[in-house]
Amino acid sequence: MTPLLQVREVAKFYGARVGCRDVSFDLYPGEVMGIVGESGSGKSTLLGCLAGHLAPDAGEVIFDTAVDGPRDTLRMSEPERRMLGRTDWAFVHQHARDGLRMGVSAGGNVGERLMAVGARHYGDIRSAAVDWLGRVEIAEDRVDDRPTAFSGGMQQRLQIARNLVTGPRLVFMDEPTGGLDVSVQARLLDLLRGLVREMGLSAIIVTHDLAVVRLLADRLMVMKDGHVVETGLTDQVLDDPQHGYTQLLVSSVLQV
Amino acid sequence: MMIEIENVSKNFVLHNQGGAIIPVMAGASLSVGRGECVALTGASGAGKSTLMRMIYGNYLAASGRIVVGGVDVARAEPREILALRRETLGYVSQFLRVVPRVPTREVVAEPLLAVGVDRDVAMARAEELLGRLNIPEGLWGLSPTTFSGGEQQRVNIARGFAHGYPAMLLDEPTASLDAANRETVLSLIEEAKARGAAIVGIFHDEAARARVCDREIDVSVFTPKAA
Repeated sequence: MTPLLQVREVAKFYGARVGCRDVSFDLYPGEVMGIVGESGSGKSTLLGCLAGHLAPDAGEVIFDTAVDGPRDTLRMSEPERRMLGRTDWAFVHQHARDGLRMGVSAGGNVGERLMAVGARHYGDIRSAAVDWLGRVEIAEDRVDDRPTAFSGGMQQRLQIARNLVTGPRLVFMDEPTGGLDVSVQARLLDLLRGLVREMGLSAIIVTHDLAVVRLLADRLMVMKDGHVVETGLTDQVLDDPQHGYTQLLVSSVLQV
Repeated sequence: MMIEIENVSKNFVLHNQGGAIIPVMAGASLSVGRGECVALTGASGAGKSTLMRMIYGNYLAASGRIVVGGVDVARAEPREILALRRETLGYVSQFLRVVPRVPTREVVAEPLLAVGVDRDVAMARAEELLGRLNIPEGLWGLSPTTFSGGEQQRVNIARGFAHGYPAMLLDEPTASLDAANRETVLSLIEEAKARGAAIVGIFHDEAARARVCDREIDVSVFTPKAA
């Protein structure tokens, strides 16, 4: 089986400071990988490099494209990479407003992604939008409301619908449940878990919440000071951490 | 052999407590064939659960081979271990890890759906097991989050036995069950053996152990001698 994503020796520096370095891994179709670490560990920098939001200073990010097979996305032309961002890739931001168009209706937010890949029939777009709002548990009578009228949890679900409507194969998520109430988080996690399974998605999820990765991720990468200190099966890393930093991280979680 | 363990050792290294190294197992070897049930015995702390967790890939072995259905768990990639757990190796732990909002029926059917069993068939099997384990039908559509400890344990057992895994790990499957449910669990174990499952289990219930287990292995012989 060809990996969906092959990451080789990716590094990003901010001047003399290390953002992240020596990061390599393969992600296979259907796999969900969590990246955990404290603030400043380089996990968001890495995600930005992988998703094409930041330009790494070294390395390769090879994606198995639907049309041309494995391609190094860092050496693609900008239009090619943008097309990838609209079709095979999706990015779920921590703050829904970074991933939504706040002045456009909920239905429009979802429909816009479809139009960006060529959908033109209004009735089809609207019904696809309504279908997707239903899948993320937003009632049909809210389809014409703007996201500004939505709660934080609803905005986040709308962002997910907007991202998944085009049937991406790889989803990047940056703290998707950050800043939400725990009850809203649980609902979102359950939803994400179902969608990932149903659609056979591959995903890379950056979070500092170990409960989130235990629920969503098949495997885990632990980062500290821009380096990967430990990788492995999620439950193995959490239940039998090998690196001192991971042991500290796991033992620092408050029990409820 | 379905499960073959060779010369396995395990240390815990506590980096944040002065780098203390705690050797907990050395030279562990055992094998379990199809249709066979092997009990792990030994005093509390002897390493029964540690060994089970290493077989499941939940704990990392320091050395040795742990081959289940042809996959060396001690060396396999995460996705190989996940495939093994999906298809081949089941684990009935003592506690249900509850996913919020998922109804009981789905929790039990999930392992079947994961291997591509038809939804109707999976749900029917889930309901049969929930019925056999005396979970009231009115609860099947609810999340087990709020169930009593005993009900959660039985849901966990139903989930563990839903798919016919060729290899199974059972951690105290009859602990704190009433007589009727205990009998059901023992029948489930006997049925699993009859279809050829290789089973490793921890049973403090001696009568249960005597009834379903073919052999016992005292894990304290694998406890490293204090230097």
